[in-house]
Amino acid sequence: MIKLIASVLDFGEGAYSLLRSMGIVLKHTFAKRVTVQYPDERPKLAPRWRGRIVLTRDPDGEERCVGCYLCAVACPVDCIALQATEDEHGRRYPEFFRINFSRCIFCGYCEEACPTYAIQLTPDFEMSEYNRQNLVYEKENLLINGTGKYPGYNFYRVAGLAIENKAKGEAENEAPPVDVRSLLP
Amino acid sequence: MTIVQPLLVVGFVLFALLNMASLLIWIERRLLGLWQDRYGPNRVGPLGLGHVVADMIKIFFKEDWTPPFADKPVFILAPAIIVMTALMSFVVIPFSPAILVIDLNVGVLFFLAMSSMGVYSVALAGWSSNNKYSLLGGLRASAQMLSYEVFMGLSLMGVVALTGSFSLKAIVDAQEGLWFVVTQPIGFIVFAIAGVAETHRVPFDLPEAESELVAGFHSEYSGMKFGMFFVGEYIGVTLISALIVTFFFGGWHGPLLPPLLWFFLKTLFFICGFVLLRASLPRLRYDQLMAFGWKLMLPLALLNLMVTGALILAWN
Repeated sequence: MIKLIASVLDFGEGAYSLLRSMGIVLKHTFAKRVTVQYPDERPKLAPRWRGRIVLTRDPDGEERCVGCYLCAVACPVDCIALQATEDEHGRRYPEFFRINFSRCIFCGYCEEACPTYAIQLTPDFEMSEYNRQNLVYEKENLLINGTGKYPGYNFYRVAGLAIENKAKGEAENEAPPVDVRSLLP
Repeated sequence: MTIVQPLLVVGFVLFALLNMASLLIWIERRLLGLWQDRYGPNRVGPLGLGHVVADMIKIFFKEDWTPPFADKPVFILAPAIIVMTALMSFVVIPFSPAILVIDLNVGVLFFLAMSSMGVYSVALAGWSSNNKYSLLGGLRASAQMLSYEVFMGLSLMGVVALTGSFSLKAIVDAQEGLWFVVTQPIGFIVFAIAGVAETHRVPFDLPEAESELVAGFHSEYSGMKFGMFFVGEYIGVTLISALIVTFFFGGWHGPLLPPLLWFFLKTLFFICGFVLLRASLPRLRYDQLMAFGWKLMLPLALLNLMVTGALILAWN
């Protein structure tokens, strides 16, 4: 008898649990749908979203990249290739700068490694291509006519590096070079 | 006249059912989406209805491949049987006072016979595929159908006893005042559960349990032959819903709206119920399915029949 009561109770519990789960599912009729209908409805991307990589220019419109290779070294998938060279003013710049976006994992290490804020990740992910080769971006595809996330920054203005029209000690907040002989006792 | 009218009805019923079967794909996907907080197909055409057409075109033009190791005639015959038997059952259903193909005086038995025939489809499909997963699916289907067929019939006997007739038209007429769901609630529950098992839908979809048996009895099927199983399943869902309405929810009876519309709305309600089951319940284990059928549903159906019989006797 006890066994029978126990099995009836067990059945009741099971039936209740089934009906309850059906009820919960039915309640979702009025729940908000979580789908973002992408092409019609754009997702809101955070300002720091790590998307398509760009090369920025300084406020004077010159290339920021000094071809130090730190991004290429930092890149875990080796998708960045560049060749540094120097112009007639003594400024270093990349002769070519190539990012293979079919390899890029958008980790942002290149941006972290960059000493001149030249390479930056942007909130854009719509880079699909029908031809895989089109995912290899050359410098002219990467360079933008702006400063990106760091509007006022100009590497050569703050670095103590002599280039044409700017000798040592002429940069912002830079003391004139010390004449080491004057330090002699 | 006597020939033309039934033929017209047959044409109407066939047209409505086959459209319904394809439309159900859309209804099911949309409802599942709704209950899982997503949209489901909504890109092609208004409300995504164009997906139905796209699905049809796709399935018609898919390669219809018969595996070389299959038993060819049986392999081809199997999908036809399920659609045929499901469609044949609709012969006895009164859609409205005027729309009824034939009023058999053994309508209930005819339906039970036809739904039992449906098991041949899955069993033969599983057998002829010559694939162990298909065979397992077919075996499960036969065992499941056999067990659930028993109390499916018994659960209807209460209704038959109350009406005093096996004719579905008479059963609907007998519900003019009071729906049988009020007098036969256990019969309704048992029949609904048996119906779900009969159409092998979730939670009783063991014959095609995709997590264990690839796709069960239709693993080897492709193209329109697979489509026939699909259509058969959806017609089966419509059939069980229509029968629940006929037996327990007053058929086409209802105020204000025309009878046919009432029948359609009630049927649609239960079809949505089928989808809700699929959206919320997990699949049973095989021994649970069998134990549930034989140890609980069968005694319950018998008890219901006995009490109904006793009450009818006492009443008279």
